[in-house]
Amino acid sequence: MEKILVGLKRVVDYNVRVRVKGDGSGVETEGVKMSINPFDEIALEEALRIKERGEANEIVVVSIGSGESQQQLRTGLAMGADRAILVETGEEPDPLSAARALLEIINRENPELVILGKQAIDNDNAQTGQMLATLWGRPQASFASKLEFSGDSVRVTREVDAGLDVIEVDLPAVITADLRLNEPRYVKLPDIMKAKKKPLDTIPWADLSLPASPAIAAVSFEPPAARERGIMVEDVAGLVGALKDKGLL
Amino acid sequence: MAKVLLIAEHDGENLNPNTAKCVACAASIPGAEIDVAVFAESGGDIAAAAASLESVSRVLSSEDPAYRGALAAVLAPQIVALAGSYDYVLGPSTTFGKDLMPRVAALLGVNQVSDIMSVKGERTFKRPIYAGSVIVTVEAPADTKVVGTVRAASYRAVGAGNSATVESLAMTADVPDHTRFIATESGKSDRPDLQSAARVVAGGRALGSAENFDLIYKLADKLDAGVGASRAAVDAGYVPNELQVGQTGRIIAPDLYIAIGISGAIQHVTGIKDAGTIVAINKDEEAPIFEIADVGLVGDLFKIVPELNDALD
Repeated sequence: MEKILVGLKRVVDYNVRVRVKGDGSGVETEGVKMSINPFDEIALEEALRIKERGEANEIVVVSIGSGESQQQLRTGLAMGADRAILVETGEEPDPLSAARALLEIINRENPELVILGKQAIDNDNAQTGQMLATLWGRPQASFASKLEFSGDSVRVTREVDAGLDVIEVDLPAVITADLRLNEPRYVKLPDIMKAKKKPLDTIPWADLSLPASPAIAAVSFEPPAARERGIMVEDVAGLVGALKDKGLL
Repeated sequence: MAKVLLIAEHDGENLNPNTAKCVACAASIPGAEIDVAVFAESGGDIAAAAASLESVSRVLSSEDPAYRGALAAVLAPQIVALAGSYDYVLGPSTTFGKDLMPRVAALLGVNQVSDIMSVKGERTFKRPIYAGSVIVTVEAPADTKVVGTVRAASYRAVGAGNSATVESLAMTADVPDHTRFIATESGKSDRPDLQSAARVVAGGRALGSAENFDLIYKLADKLDAGVGASRAAVDAGYVPNELQVGQTGRIIAPDLYIAIGISGAIQHVTGIKDAGTIVAINKDEEAPIFEIADVGLVGDLFKIVPELNDALD
């Protein structure tokens, strides 16, 4: 393969406990730690391993978002990506718009493979990869946990509710990474220094000339209904008794 | 009237129990008239099961060998060819529906409403984001089809006393050859399926090893329960990913959920908060799991679980 494209989304860090703003107008993200979406990090790690095995020549990371997403792209470059592209927009695009934007990047870059995370852990939509494959008219392999390349196709093991599905897709294709595809590497300090010299191009959203998308509007935000704290029991006998009281044993 | 097309999930033989919960969601759309579409190699029994679900008007059954493995690239164009007269196209928010429905949405040129947990109006829905830390009310744009996935755990299954008509449906769209199904390697066991089990016993990182997870399996067998795990236990390699419960795994709502050695991170809790009764066993009395547990027991799981096992004899 000549080129693999990997999507990196800037999201609220996995360990942050997110809160709804007091007026229900959104989610509090001021001063909160931001990171690469963990599944996107797995996507990039997989691309890097493919390249390190000599099966790809170039890894391009792309992010869609504000100028601050450069931080996540720089981290991606430090992990080992060769080049970065930021599609800059002040507004968070809906999944269909994100897929349309990525398709524009594909048309410019002509990658043989695109790897994205299976979902972003902020909006939990899990749509963009499948939509991108569809708009591109190419196959998708979502929730991937193992990739085996042979010639112009790739055999993908997918994590599904029933266990594991194995499918074979022709390249080019879109793959979305699940948790067990790999364990991403840690970035080393010298690599962070090196990453500063790697190219990072910015494309303004407007330059992509995308059609307006029928976005789904967020009307209001609220915390989830809380479960009430129950009772504590002292020992196994107490536990069995409590379950019997509830008619569960 | 709101015409709803619901895509049935099945394993090639049986209708997935989630379908009855998705019907309940569809039935909560004002003025809903619900058709269920079954795409299967041989779908007779599956279609009959779908036709028995209350609130279903009609079952459309399309049979073809190409449906083997339920490939999104094969199914999505068939669904879109059928979608013309429908206002809503819904599927389950399982790996099947999550893979398939965005492809349908993209072909229809719309965004998808993922993980519908409540229908608030014709185009207004509630759904969880940030691993369920936040519930957002969303509104789909006017004059477009609504494509959505249903968070089945938020709904109670409809009854099965119906006998809707079953119509056979010809395959209309082309079948792409760029995607080929090879095999399903399922960890099939005699235990109740995690997704639909009335009782679930789940273990976390505190189990410490794959061998120690036997404690969980033994207790589950005694209770005739399904087995689940936290992401941490999956990450540590104690159990396969298909047992993962939470934001990036299964969302379940058993009558009884017993969390053993699971701290209760929000990403896990989002997968169980619709459970009937949550029992937590953990050595750390400060563990967040106790904030949501109906019954909590602080102590060493390696002592408590065998004791509990004996007490259930």
